[in-house]
Amino acid sequence: MSAVIELTGITKRFPGVVANDEVNLTVERGEIHAICGENGAGKSTLMKILYGMQQADEGTMKVDGEVVTFNSPNDAIDAGIGMVHQHFMLADQLTVLENVVLGAEPVRVGGAIDFKEAKAHLAEVGADYGLTIDPDDMVETLEVGERQRVEIIKVLYRGAQILILDEPTAVLVPQEVEALFDNMRELKAGGATILFIDHKLDEVLEISDSITILRQGKTVATLKNDGVTAHDLAELMVGSELPSPETGESTVTDHVALSVRDVTVVDDDGRSVIENINLTIHKGEILGIAGVEGNGQAELVDAIIGTAAISHGIVELLGTDITSMSVRKRRESGIAYVPEDRHHEGLMLQAPLWENAALGHQTQKPYGSKWFMNRDGARAQTELIREQFDVRTPNIDVAAHALSGGNQQKLIIGRELTSDPSLLLAAHPTRGIDVGAQAAVWEQIRDARAAGLATLLISADLDELIGLSDTIVVMLRGRMVARLAPSDVTPRDLGAYMTGAASQDEPNHDQRRVVQ
Amino acid sequence: MMRRLLLASAAPVGAFALTLVISSITLWAFGSNPFSAYGDMLSHAAKLETQVDILNRATPLYLSAVAAAIGFRMNLFNIGVEGQYLFAFLIAAQVGSMLALPQLLHIPLIMITAMAVGGAYAGIAGILKVTRGVNEVISTIMLNAIAISGVIAWLQQRWQADQAQFTSTTLGTNPIDESGLFPHINGLLEIFTRDIAQGKELTGLLLVAIAVGLGYHFLLTRMRFGFDLRASGLNPFAARAGGIPPKRMVVAAMFLSGAIAGLIGMVELADTAKFPPDPIKGLGFAGIAVALLGRNNPFAMVLSALLFAFLDISAGILQNTEAATKEIVNIMQGIVLLAAVIAYGVSKRVQEREEARFTAEALAETEPSGVTS
Ligand SMILES: Nc1ncnc2c1ncn2[C@@H]1O[C@H](COP(=O)(O)OP(=O)(O)OP(=O)(O)O)[C@@H](O)[C@H]1O
Ligand SMILES: [Mg+2]
Repeated sequence: MSAVIELTGITKRFPGVVANDEVNLTVERGEIHAICGENGAGKSTLMKILYGMQQADEGTMKVDGEVVTFNSPNDAIDAGIGMVHQHFMLADQLTVLENVVLGAEPVRVGGAIDFKEAKAHLAEVGADYGLTIDPDDMVETLEVGERQRVEIIKVLYRGAQILILDEPTAVLVPQEVEALFDNMRELKAGGATILFIDHKLDEVLEISDSITILRQGKTVATLKNDGVTAHDLAELMVGSELPSPETGESTVTDHVALSVRDVTVVDDDGRSVIENINLTIHKGEILGIAGVEGNGQAELVDAIIGTAAISHGIVELLGTDITSMSVRKRRESGIAYVPEDRHHEGLMLQAPLWENAALGHQTQKPYGSKWFMNRDGARAQTELIREQFDVRTPNIDVAAHALSGGNQQKLIIGRELTSDPSLLLAAHPTRGIDVGAQAAVWEQIRDARAAGLATLLISADLDELIGLSDTIVVMLRGRMVARLAPSDVTPRDLGAYMTGAASQDEPNHDQRRVVQ
Repeated sequence: MMRRLLLASAAPVGAFALTLVISSITLWAFGSNPFSAYGDMLSHAAKLETQVDILNRATPLYLSAVAAAIGFRMNLFNIGVEGQYLFAFLIAAQVGSMLALPQLLHIPLIMITAMAVGGAYAGIAGILKVTRGVNEVISTIMLNAIAISGVIAWLQQRWQADQAQFTSTTLGTNPIDESGLFPHINGLLEIFTRDIAQGKELTGLLLVAIAVGLGYHFLLTRMRFGFDLRASGLNPFAARAGGIPPKRMVVAAMFLSGAIAGLIGMVELADTAKFPPDPIKGLGFAGIAVALLGRNNPFAMVLSALLFAFLDISAGILQNTEAATKEIVNIMQGIVLLAAVIAYGVSKRVQEREEARFTAEALAETEPSGVTS
């Protein structure tokens, strides 16, 4: 086999940080190559350099043995390299075909887009790589996994032979991960080379041919995937054992922290997005919600935090009716919130870390009061979060966009858990966090639980969900369809409920039991 | 440290140099001698009386810039400062002329009226946005039209009809008693300089503008409302999840912006003692440019207001000396805005590269770790 990509001595510096420090990377033609490493190790930066989004300060890149310099992604695309970002960039209101050709439209004489030609080309690409999708589907109707497939097809359509996928599995449920891996195998069979970033080591071991591990901006090792164990990888990445999420002793008390009764939320078109939801979370309890993304979990969280209007039903926090309280009042009464998309609802990317830490708590000590901000208090608290939650950053004055994805996530977790909440709404709390830091976050959640925190946990990572939760409910199409004890459920069973293959008659059954 | 200071000042200096070069070429192309034009501008600006003119012009420009900047911080484009200050000016003059009060009450009352009217007028656009989803650019443009071409034009006609026997200099609202007029502060300036000649008066509103600037700085950096304002501008979704009520913020920001706008007309009121038939127009739009050049920063906007005022005053001077056409200053104002955008962009990149280089050097000396603390 010949090296299709050869990076030598790639160095990239940012203010206060050397993101890539003489990194070497060799990728063979037709292989699936995983990039692993801690948060902030420099994985995304390296991939952005290869895709021409950022330029290396030093080092050389060779593609097919030729030295190349990319000034923009267009140059990379011309060289046959395409990248799918962690956050999808599709237009909801367009069809799959329109999205795929957007920016690369075949034009007929006269300037009209040649959709026939485009469709033919799309079908060809699909056949070559074994990817099926209906070109006339509206993107907004697609599930997350399908959207990702569209992103991949979009890249292939532009003639990419080398694909870069940045944390492609972070947003997928296990079934979708399997589908993605099948697609990746097909792509490989079709002659493509794939580079991908992933924090879940079992996934890496399942799909990759080779693995490169970065640590603090340097290449630690490139291994062939035979006989390597997750243990070895973790050892190389962080020098520690593989953690597993386990709650241990139950700390569930009799005190009801959150009570959601008959709650219905309707969207702008008047359709119910969640319908008659009933749940109770006690102090010291973690209630896990399983479900394929888009089945009402997000709307349930919105209804509790107050960003979605409740059209019917009651929400009570510690016995107080909060159904019509403002978001601020709710947050002041102790609701902490880890949003599912840290860039969308979590951070002000252009603002310094200490201001980001204050967001959501700016009316409360130590960040501020009703009228004034307390700079010193906020800064001291941010330093505390940085230390306790191991947020890797040169200082707390850098803008949030300068942190790596995982470190941004740790900052959010820290700011929420240090606010002394009584209820934590956590959507995918460890999304994008490396294995070492994940263990720390689980530990923090467990400690808070032992101290009486009630948690509503949403996670696509079913091991995390089963491991952490005291109770699991499954949501499908806006309704609760199953209620399970984590001790006797496997990810497989959960998956069956999530897709509707299995069902329970009375999921709301023991919800009616009101405990004082 | 020295280096950083140099880097930070590189952008404005660069923008200034670029402006000079382009302006000179323009002047030269129009057949004027750029050096004699600049010479005239500078030699006049060196005079105390011209400086007073510049400060008098910079004062309302700065107030206008702060008004615009408050909106910009929240991504609200308040194009309506123009209509807000004219309307506020009109009502405040009318209210002021109807009262006879001691100075200590009369002046604050007129100013509060102006701020309330300006705020309320801008608030309409805010309320339309949150209840009906009307874009504030469109609503404030229409409110401008209503204020300027509607109410004020109508009043002017009525005054002309009613006051047929008056000359144009007495047109307008009834005059306000001395007690309602903001005093000049020549005495304050004369502590440092010789006496101000030519009957020029330095507006006392300069002190108000300084207070507004400091207040704006305090609001942004120390007050929770200022934090909420900036957060809403930086990421409205995160702000909402963080408990900041988006609708209330829009209305509050528009009100505050309009209230500051209401103060703009007070500078002219101190001068004319009434709402004149032909008030100075265009300050609202000029304020947007000043805010853009000053990047909504309370201190940078001081400099940009002074620069714009200097150019405005120079227009009259150039016309007198015939060294160049006065339109050149408009061209220069446009060029300086463009040059600033370019210079800030370039300096940011240079700064980042420099900082990265320092890091690398610092790291090379210490242990080889990925992150410096
Ligand atoms: N635009 C930027 N400005 C400043 N620093 C940056 C920038 N982008 C990345 N960095 C820094 O470079 C380092 C590497 O970041 P990178 O995003 O490559 O990490 P990563 O390996 O992808 O981590 P994660 O697993 O958390 O996504 C981090 O320390 C980060 O703070
Ligand atoms: Mg990353």
